[in-house]
Amino acid sequence: MSLATRSLPRTIGAHAILLTYTVIALFPVILVIMNSFKSRAGIFGAPLTPPTPKTFDLIGYTTVIGQGDFIHYFQNSLVVTVASLFFVLLFGAMAAFALSEYRFRGNTLMGLYLALGIMIPIRLGTVAILQLMVASGLVNTLTALILVYTAQGLPLAVFILSEFMKQVSDDLKNAGRIDGLSEYTIFFRLVLPLVRPSMATVAVFTMIPIWNDLWFPLILAPSEETKTVTLGAQLFLGQFVTNWNAILAALSLAIMPVLILYVIFSRQLIRGITSGAVK
Amino acid sequence: MAAETRPKRPFRWHIGVFLAPALLVYTAIMILPLAGTLQLSLFRNIEQHQVFVGFDNFRTLFGDPNWSVNFWNALRNNVWFFIIHMLVQNPIGVMLAALLSSPRLRFAAFYRTAIFVPTILSFVIVGFAWKLILSPLWGVAPHLMDLVGLKSLFTPWLGKEQYALTALSLISVWQFIGIPMMLIYAALLSIPEEVIEAAECDGITGMSQFWKIKLPLILPSIGIISILTFVGNFNAFDLIYTAQGALAGPNYSTDILGTFLYRAFFGFQLQVGDPNMGAAIATMMFLIILGGVCVYLFLVQTRLRRYQF
Repeated sequence: MSLATRSLPRTIGAHAILLTYTVIALFPVILVIMNSFKSRAGIFGAPLTPPTPKTFDLIGYTTVIGQGDFIHYFQNSLVVTVASLFFVLLFGAMAAFALSEYRFRGNTLMGLYLALGIMIPIRLGTVAILQLMVASGLVNTLTALILVYTAQGLPLAVFILSEFMKQVSDDLKNAGRIDGLSEYTIFFRLVLPLVRPSMATVAVFTMIPIWNDLWFPLILAPSEETKTVTLGAQLFLGQFVTNWNAILAALSLAIMPVLILYVIFSRQLIRGITSGAVK
Repeated sequence: MAAETRPKRPFRWHIGVFLAPALLVYTAIMILPLAGTLQLSLFRNIEQHQVFVGFDNFRTLFGDPNWSVNFWNALRNNVWFFIIHMLVQNPIGVMLAALLSSPRLRFAAFYRTAIFVPTILSFVIVGFAWKLILSPLWGVAPHLMDLVGLKSLFTPWLGKEQYALTALSLISVWQFIGIPMMLIYAALLSIPEEVIEAAECDGITGMSQFWKIKLPLILPSIGIISILTFVGNFNAFDLIYTAQGALAGPNYSTDILGTFLYRAFFGFQLQVGDPNMGAAIATMMFLIILGGVCVYLFLVQTRLRRYQF
């Protein structure tokens, strides 16, 4: 290690830049959460100070919880995200196993076909997807969203998982075969547990865009029954343009679950990105 | 020995079983609708019937001033949106990654986690939070600019035609900077220690080490980030829709292809939605994205490959 990379001014400079950017990245988030706990006077009088006993007020939260059906939207988002995630992981792992384990005619072609979806966004097919959903009577159902998100998540999942499945030892699988295990048992009992860490990475990658998506809920499932949290928040924010307490509280309620999940899984996510799976 | 014919293996059903669900869902929900959309762009609804009209929709899109003005405006805005991302997001991302990967940096994990936070938030949150911050009503932005003595420069950026698109692009950059940062960080970590040591033996350290040794080695990652940014930008919709609505105001100055597609497809206010014109716009977006991906695959990646280990 050279002296130059350890010199003091250089280190201070690096910290200064990183710290500045960290402040830029976190400032809006902290500002919104901080002000959501204040009274109207506090929000406008001193937006940059944390809530004091004098300005502390939960009026925003009571308005939001009283007005919007957020718990219900939250459930919808949860159902859609968890179900899509389950199918992406299951189907993705199965396809990845088939592609990485067996040699058969059309293997490479199949891989390329599935990889097409990584580059071409599913959104461009929206016009025909809507027609398909109308024809099959799935408009305004969560099933429509689950199907779309499963299709959307599969290409990347297959791509990443097959990279990892190639690393699973052949001896282990062959030992299983000699012991008379069926191919299905080998997949579910031997291979799946071994690739669990990479499954977690894929799960995080798949989950964020699904949870945050606005386009498909807006087009395929805008009814009151099937609104997701993202769409619900969007409409709610549109209605309460002048009620700043309610807006800030709604924003904070939308931020916090994602933020908590992120803090729990950030290690996993960052390890996944930096392990080179997505190079 | 070699002349022996291989025993004919029984058909391996399990391969089909493993592949079928993924293939089925992917083909039915993604590939077929994509093809269907391309096909729809060649039809037009005349008296409740879909009639094949060849390239008429595209003729309308480019020939009819009602459409073509909006289309070229959206495309131009989209290109500007992309240029800002390439000029701001990627250099800052590379710089942050380079700083993060410097050896023995304390709190690296903290910085990494914190800078990635905006990336996980939804567009709705990001769009609204920034709308509030930049709003002259709340006064957070003017107040902050006052602290550094720049208050006179403040204008309601999102409300002015000449600034709105740039402001929104920068908000989007703020949100997505974590992605180039992480991917470049990963690439920098994977540079073999020997290469760095060899450079140091030759007396190449610090900045010149970054420019001469590391940067050429991470070029493939920069290529990937560029193409990801390209696809993401020409497919963007949510941020503009949340911050400025489907009309992409003020006066269409923030209209990009995604919002244009939405308005054409669903209609907005006085305009009636037209799935066929929507499909035509989606086809144009498809061709643009496909073009970008092809340029990347055939021109950029083949030239960069020789740098890989």
